[in-house]
Amino acid sequence: MLDCKQSSQLISQSLDRSLTLRERFALQLHLIICEYCKRFSQQVQTLRVAIRTMVDSVEKNNSIEMPSTTKKRIAHSIERQVIEANRTQP
Amino acid sequence: MHDWLNEHGDFLYRFALARLRDPHLAEDVVQETFLAAIKSPDFAGQSAPRTWLTGILKHKIIDVMRKNVREIAASDLMSDEDASMDEFFDETGHWAEKPLAWDMPENALEQKQFLGILQSCMEKLPAKLAQLFLMRDVHETDNEEICKELNISTTNAWVMLYRARMGLRKCLEINWLGA
Repeated sequence: MLDCKQSSQLISQSLDRSLTLRERFALQLHLIICEYCKRFSQQVQTLRVAIRTMVDSVEKNNSIEMPSTTKKRIAHSIERQVIEANRTQP
Repeated sequence: MHDWLNEHGDFLYRFALARLRDPHLAEDVVQETFLAAIKSPDFAGQSAPRTWLTGILKHKIIDVMRKNVREIAASDLMSDEDASMDEFFDETGHWAEKPLAWDMPENALEQKQFLGILQSCMEKLPAKLAQLFLMRDVHETDNEEICKELNISTTNAWVMLYRARMGLRKCLEINWLGA
């Protein structure tokens, strides 16, 4: 029988690899009797959804802009690059 | 190229910021992306510059993550795995503190608070653990690719991801439900 520690490890790994048949069976058996590990399993899945939502919320937030000083800096380095490229070309 | 900077710069910056969570690192990878783009022989014929630039940016972001996570691979990661999990389980392998029932709220305002707490919990994790977790759970990198990129074994990756998840759920439980 799995204990909660082993079971929580398998629950986490089930998000990263396919468990073997034996592992899946053992885990399911444990989850039937263990409310806490069932909660843990829901939590790690919620975490995954939440983290994607978090990334999306930054990515799609149009009010976040690159600082204008950085834009200038990048524009300058692009220019330098172009000048250098022209110099090295005969 | 300047048009591209104006048109796509902010988009690329947000893309990088969402993944690296550090404004300075995000600025750096965007700069590197534009410089790599201008040097590329493919530069002239791009009909979908945003997609092309994003592809370059992704590689730059993974480079940064790889560098960061490698540092941990040698040190913290290899420390005794069981010892660090002791706080979560008692000596019989049972939960030391029973997990509570919770879920991501559906209400927009609460969800915003929840994500804010998650963000601060991520910041409390060792930075590299948080990054690995982001790489994995933000869908664009599969496990094998991560391990190859980071030069760590899959077993190590599972241990690290397990730790990240354990740390995050605990932190959320304290700060979200405890609030």
